[in-house]
Amino acid sequence: MLEIKNLHVKLEAEDKAILKGVDLVIEPGKVHAIMGPNGSGKSTLSYVLSGRDGYEVTEGEATLDGVDILEMEPEERAAAGLFLAFQYPVEIPGVGNMTFLRTAVNAQRKARGQDEMSAADFLKVIREKAKTLQIDADMLKRPVNVGFSGGEKKRNEILQMAMLEPKMCILDETDSGLDVDAMKLVSDGVNALRDAGRSFLVITHYQRLLDHIKPDVVHIMADGRIIKTGGPDLALEVEKNGYADLLAEAGAA
Amino acid sequence: MAKAELKQDATEARIATLDMPKGGKWIAAARADALARLRAMGLPARRDEYWRYTRPDTLTQADAPAAALFDGKERPVFDSVDRLRIVFVDGVFDAASSDDLTMSGVEIERLESASGADIHWAKDLYGVLEARGQKPVDRPLAVLNSAFATDGVLIRVTGKAAKPVSLIYTHASESSDAILHHVVKLEKGAELTLLENGPAAARFNKVLEVEVADGARFHHIRAQGRDHERRAATHVFARLGTESQFKSFTLTVNGVLTRNEAVIELTGDDAVAHIAGAAMGDGAFHHDDTVFITHDAVNCESRQVFKKVLRNGAVGVFQGKILVKEGAQKTDGYQISQSLLLDGDSQFLAKPELEIYADDVACSHGSTSGAIDMDALYYLRSRGVPRKEATDLLVLSFLAEAVDEIEDEGLREEIVSRLTGWLDRRGG
Ligand SMILES: Nc1ncnc2c1ncn2[C@@H]1O[C@H](COP(=O)(O)OP(=O)(O)OP(=O)(O)O)[C@@H](O)[C@H]1O
Ligand SMILES: [Mg+2]
Repeated sequence: MLEIKNLHVKLEAEDKAILKGVDLVIEPGKVHAIMGPNGSGKSTLSYVLSGRDGYEVTEGEATLDGVDILEMEPEERAAAGLFLAFQYPVEIPGVGNMTFLRTAVNAQRKARGQDEMSAADFLKVIREKAKTLQIDADMLKRPVNVGFSGGEKKRNEILQMAMLEPKMCILDETDSGLDVDAMKLVSDGVNALRDAGRSFLVITHYQRLLDHIKPDVVHIMADGRIIKTGGPDLALEVEKNGYADLLAEAGAA
Repeated sequence: MAKAELKQDATEARIATLDMPKGGKWIAAARADALARLRAMGLPARRDEYWRYTRPDTLTQADAPAAALFDGKERPVFDSVDRLRIVFVDGVFDAASSDDLTMSGVEIERLESASGADIHWAKDLYGVLEARGQKPVDRPLAVLNSAFATDGVLIRVTGKAAKPVSLIYTHASESSDAILHHVVKLEKGAELTLLENGPAAARFNKVLEVEVADGARFHHIRAQGRDHERRAATHVFARLGTESQFKSFTLTVNGVLTRNEAVIELTGDDAVAHIAGAAMGDGAFHHDDTVFITHDAVNCESRQVFKKVLRNGAVGVFQGKILVKEGAQKTDGYQISQSLLLDGDSQFLAKPELEIYADDVACSHGSTSGAIDMDALYYLRSRGVPRKEATDLLVLSFLAEAVDEIEDEGLREEIVSRLTGWLDRRGG
């Protein structure tokens, strides 16, 4: 599904390397988790994959189903099936949440040569999905993320994911800011989307989320590289001992 | 030559090109009074403080600069609205294209026919509200209008108008120079929606005087647009009685020069005045909103919401003032003027002012100028919305606060479809 090879990225504005050779392969239907210290480059990886401005790829490649995505516009990547649930969802005053979602759904359908979804069908589907995430009608009407609490913003991200049905989902700290119940809601939302044809890359600091969304593979990122890859146990080890041993081990290697 | 003399000469030169229309006693007196006032004050000149951001010369010079006719095939705005249509072609009433001027609760008369009378209800308003609006700042183009307007409508509303009155200004001659003057009087508790649209003329000078009596409601929605080279100087003078409502929205797209002045006086307690504008300019476009709101009664509310989207060197101007007179306690005054600059060539000049002589008031004003929010754009695109569509969505959201001032949903839709049309015609 997603294949990243020796990816090097620096900031466009200054000579600062952030990703220093990331290798990662995610098979269809799998859930991978990335953990790692603050500032290690996890969000940068998600931004570069989704096409945010301000980064320059100096080496390496990233493909989705064998197609190079790094040269694509962000909207083309989205239409190709890539989705990023933001660590910090953006507020857009003046654009209604519902309008936003409908525009997005139809833009993607159009890009894929499908017919637009009728207003009635859209309404039916979104009501149903919003309900399972406990997003009320008021939140659907309000401007995108404006005045939403931290947890509401994250639930709104998952609603978007559920509506857009991407095949490669990247979740950047979707658990931060969620209370225990919301964590369960969001995880259930994600698990409901798990499917043999859909993969997940879950960025998190905490094992707690991984109790709900069980990963197949866990990676540790430090200083712009994946320094260790393992099974679910690796996350438990981090939870227990922190990163010191892993960093020392990587440094020694 | 001294500045004052130059000004006087320019004013006389302009007056010499104009013919004062014939009329009965009341209108002849009003016109003579206006002419005297115009001679005393002189036409605006570049150095005048009130014309600091907008060059008045093409508005005051003897001949109107030519303006090519727009050849777009789009459906005219308000087309789907059930309304009473009054059509002016280059500022001349066109009976054949207009509806019959009768509607229950509303009396409509052409200025030209009413002016034959010796006495008329409009006597107390024509040039009168305009003259009240000359303090503390001169508005000479409005005075010129009172003296020389060749046509217009006088509308007296005694009840709830069954449908909107729609003034349609067609532009047919590339060199037309039109001067129209309308008077609207809403009697106690009356209600009217007035629509205005169309490019009007190569150069258009228009005055609208509105008296809103106690408990009356006046809605005004205007779409100025189409012809790129057209010029316009418009004034609205409004006086509001107790518990009355005045709501005005203007959309401006295209137009090499537009100056819209609004002078609103809240003279009865608990009155509400909202004035809003959305302007979209691309290239040779200079758009000036100049607003003066006077609170002279207790517990009144005023709102000014002006938004401009500018690109390719377009210029936006906002001069807005809230004056709260002594004793106008519990005034709630709000003013916002914002521009969205789609590139580095465009410019927004704003002069917001507050002058307050009462102690128990809540007034706020703000003015900003900014570019498209790149984070919002990326967020939209990451969800699959193409750049052009995402930008348009952000432009519409920027304008929303102004457009939302239009209460009637159907009319709001008409305006929004104009906005999207403008955006669609432009590349990304
Ligand atoms: N636009 C930018 N300008 C300056 N520095 C940046 C920029 N983007 C990323 N960085 C830097 O790159 C490094 C990696 O940041 P990134 O946000 O990817 O880390 P992260 O692993 O997601 O951290 P966290 O766990 O705190 O979310 C940090 O040192 C950050 O300050
Ligand atoms: Mg991060």
